[in-house]
Parts: sequence; C-alpha cells; structure tokens
Amino acid sequence: MDLDALGACLTTPACLVTQTTSGLIVGMLLFLVAAGVTLIFGVLKVVNFAHGTFYMLGGYVAYTALGVTDSYAAAVLSATLAMALFGVVFERALISRVYGSNVLMQLLICYAVVLIFDDVVKIVWGPEFHAMGMPPAFQVPPLFIAGGVVPPFYAVLIGIAALIAIVLGLGLSMTRLGKTVRAAALNPQMVSALGVNTTLLFAIVFAVGGGLAGLAGALAAPVRSLSPGMGFSILIESFIVTVIGGMGSIAGALVSALLIGMVRGFGTIGFPQFTDGLIYIVMIAILLLRPQGLFGRSS
Amino acid sequence: MKGRPALRDSAIAAAALIVVLAIPLVHRSPAFEDFVIRLSAMALFATSLNLLVGNTGMVSFGHGMFYGLGAYAFALTMQMTDLPLPVAAVLAVLVTTLAALCVGAICVRLSTDYFAFITLAFQMLFYSVVISWQSLTGGDQGLRGGIPRRQIFGFELGSQLHLYQFCAVVAVLGLLALRHISASPFGQTLRMIRDNENRASFLGVVLWRARLWAFTIAGAFAGLGGVLAALFVSGAYPELADWPNSGQAIFAVMLGGINSFLGPVLGAAILLALNDVVTRFTEYYGLVLGIVILAFALGFRRGVLDFFRLVWPRGLR
Repeated sequence: MDLDALGACLTTPACLVTQTTSGLIVGMLLFLVAAGVTLIFGVLKVVNFAHGTFYMLGGYVAYTALGVTDSYAAAVLSATLAMALFGVVFERALISRVYGSNVLMQLLICYAVVLIFDDVVKIVWGPEFHAMGMPPAFQVPPLFIAGGVVPPFYAVLIGIAALIAIVLGLGLSMTRLGKTVRAAALNPQMVSALGVNTTLLFAIVFAVGGGLAGLAGALAAPVRSLSPGMGFSILIESFIVTVIGGMGSIAGALVSALLIGMVRGFGTIGFPQFTDGLIYIVMIAILLLRPQGLFGRSS
Repeated sequence: MKGRPALRDSAIAAAALIVVLAIPLVHRSPAFEDFVIRLSAMALFATSLNLLVGNTGMVSFGHGMFYGLGAYAFALTMQMTDLPLPVAAVLAVLVTTLAALCVGAICVRLSTDYFAFITLAFQMLFYSVVISWQSLTGGDQGLRGGIPRRQIFGFELGSQLHLYQFCAVVAVLGLLALRHISASPFGQTLRMIRDNENRASFLGVVLWRARLWAFTIAGAFAGLGGVLAALFVSGAYPELADWPNSGQAIFAVMLGGINSFLGPVLGAAILLALNDVVTRFTEYYGLVLGIVILAFALGFRRGVLDFFRLVWPRGLR
C-alpha cells in the first residue's frame, strides 16, 4: 500500500489526467462487454458465460482484418459485424435450444463454447501472444492535457464507447425497438401475445450483445495483447460490473464499469498489489448492502 | 427408512473398497493405479459439488476454489511444518471448510444466476491470489519441491501402491460420509428446498442456513479431494483452482447423472478416461471436450446413471 503516492498523484494534474484516461479506457471497454451481458440477461434471463469469447474473437478478427485491408476502421467494422453474426448463430444454434431448461444446461453450453473457441484461436492464430500495434493513423504525437500524456487513440476509444453508451441508452428509451426490448425483459409472454416476433427480438438482442463485445475486442486490440485466454478475465470483470450496476441496467453497467475503471486506474498507484482485491471488496460491499445492485430493481 | 439403508450403503462401500484394494494383489498396473488415484480426488470433488447442484439446486461454478485451496493448504502445511500427514490433511480440510463458510455467507442468499457467477468470481479471486503471491505459492509455476514423504501407520506414500491404497480408503470413506449426509433428514431438507423453496420456507426451514451448511460441507469435501490431488502431483498447481476445473466438475456431475448419488463418480471416471485418450492424439483437448459437451447438452441431456434409472427404475440407485 502506498497512500503517499496516491495522494501525490491526486494532487498532480499530470498524473491525475494520465490515470483518469487509463481508468476510462478500462472502464469503457468493460462497459461495452458488460452492456451485452446485462442486455442479454435482462431480456433472456441467460447468463452468457461465453461473452468473453465474443470479445476475444472480435480482437482476433480485427487483427486479421487490419492485416488484410490495412484500414483500422474496416477492422473495427468487420469485427463488430462478425461478432454480431456470431452472436445470432450462437443464440439460434445453441442457446435457443435450452431456453426454459435449467441454468446448468446454459452454463454447460457456454463452457463448451469457451473451450472450443480458445482452442480454435490456438489453431488459427497460434497459442502465442499477438500485438496488433497502434494503427498507422494514430501514430501521431500524443495530446498533452494539463501536463498529462494522452495518446490520441485513447481519446478516440473513449469517444466511440461514450457514443455507443448514448446511442444504446437513447435507443432503449426512445425507439420502438428499444421499448419492445424493455417490455420483453419484463414479460416476454405478454409481448409475444401482442404480436411481436420474440424469436427475432431475442436474435437481435444477441446480435447487439455480440457486436458490442466484438467492437470492444477490436478497440482493445491496439492497446492490449491478444491471447487465447483474454476473454475470460474480461468476462469475470464484466460480471462484477453487472453485479455492482444491477443486472439488466445499462446505466448501471456504465456507472459501475467506470467505477471499476477508476479503481484500476488509481489502484495501481495506491495499492499496486491489491487492485483486484479492491474491486472484489467493492463488489462484496454492494452485494451485502444492496444485493440488487446500484441501479437494479429489487425483486 | 433409518438403519437398513445406511447399513446397505456401508456394505456396498466395504465391498467396493475390498475389490479396489484386491486388484493390485492380482495384477499390478501403474496406469490403472494412477487412474484410481486421480479418480479418487476427482470423485470427491464432483460428488461434493453434486451435493450443491443435484441435491440443493445451487449451481456453483466456483467449486474448484475449494479443491485448489485444499491442495495448497495441505501441500504448504506439509512443506512448512513437521506435522504428521493426517494432521496436515485435517488442517487443510478445516481451512477449506472455513473458507467455504465465508464465501458461502456472502453467496447463499443470491438467486441462481447470481450465485453461479459470484462463486466463479470468488474462485478467480483465489486463483489470482495464487498466481500473484509468488513467494508463498510459487505463482504460475505451482508449488514445487514436493511433499515430504512421511510414513503414516506404516504406509509409505512415496510408493505408488501405498498411495493407491490410501487414496482408495479416503475416497470411499469420504463418499460414504457424503452419501450419509445426502440420505439424512438434512439431505431431504436440501432436496425439498431444491424442489420448492417457498414450501420449504413455510414449513419452517431457514433457507439460507440450510444452504450455507450445504455449501460449507461441499467445500470441505472438495478440500479433501484437493488433499488427494496434492498427494498425487506431489505439490499444488494453480490449474487445480482454475475455472476449467470447475466446469469439468459440473460436466462430470451432469454426465454421470445429477439425480444419482454415484453419478458424479461415474462422470469423473468417464471424463478422466476421455482426457487420457484424447491427450494421446491431440493437444487440443478443450476442442474435443467442448464438442462432447455440446453433443451431451443438445442430444442426451440426461446423465448415464439417471438414464439407467429411467429405463430400469427399481434397480440402480
């Protein structure tokens, strides 16, 4: 524990800016993944343990697409679309067969998918770590904000994620589709009885969830290394995010993802050995004090 | 109900133990003995998980934490102290029990979906502690240096035969104890909670207390399995506490039969055999296992022993 360093960092603008940006990066990537987890759970009551796999595959697809097209925008787009499609196939081919049966079957299927695609990644891309490197368009001098160094890519990443958060939030609250999705989360039978094609709706939810995870993977690829196990660690953290924020709440996912991002950003200064533990302490405290999460409705 | 079933179970256990112990007298096969040693650890692990999953309807995805904790606690106690082996084993199980009590106290009030991944989150916390506390656990290399070989009751656990006998005895006794718990009134209460928790609650069962007991007991027996695993590998490795191990145990439970007491043991045996065969041909064990699981989950949907009970209701239990 190094509280002096933490205090010094909090009072120095340069350090403050740097750590806040790195916290925002972590938080925004987490949000993109957790938003899918929470959306899928909210509507379908399925805990998608395979969501980390979408993120991992998104990263790898972007890596390959960048090599082929040499355009990072194309890489991000193809990863997002590929994972949206993957989400639909996953839902139609596997998860839809065990709706309504117990949680064990869903869990087992997700476990199988994680195992299979960890090995598929090893076969296709090799077991070693890959580094995508910064796309050429972003190999420019960093921005200096109040003395803190902020690579331009970070700013773009945060901007894209923030935009997604706004679109997702407005889309859910304003559009007809969003309202249908929220209604289906409350009472799928009634929505179906009112003439909505819930089969299509469920597939759309998985497409959105998968696409967001793929996007997160593609955005993470330049700043993190790619490895076959990368999906699982972000899966655990995105679960923690949904627990803290409240299952099924997009706003909760955003707030708690940013909270965890900040804990990570500043925890590395104050408690370098104990950052993970800090996050778990936050989660346990929330579970004990407010089991439904910050933004969750109590059942 | 009381008395005779317990007697019958003990007789079956004794007969099974005698058969297992007699095999090396007739024919020595190191591969078979290794298999039984590994199975004894895995069987305790999977059967203890079934006390939660099958008996109580609590889907824990983090059971590997207690398996790994048992292994590390035992191996570290043996390395750092001069305590006799049984004392170290009991200490390790106690440590695991206490940990299960603490984790359970936080988790048992949660709904099923939450429960599955909060237990997983705790397992991953434990895993990351094991990985990062290098000075104590050896980090991702695992705890090396071996477990000091101390004789117990004339048993020299360095010898494979003696280790085989020791593991078989511990596993059979452990399974018998679990059987007894699951057949006891407490076990019936757990099944009542699984089938209808509201009704159980109306009848005066304090749900969280019964669930916490089940979680703690299951953790303790998983820890005992971990002790055997530590003896087999002569150390402890982070993989014991990693998430695929928990998933493997869940699959063992489902594959063997969730509603049969011996189902998880059979499931563990099938999985171990599959592992041995597949790893001989390919390094992509996860790929094969994943496909097998999908075939099971989408096709059969019912464990082997449960299937037999369905077609032959009055026979196997």
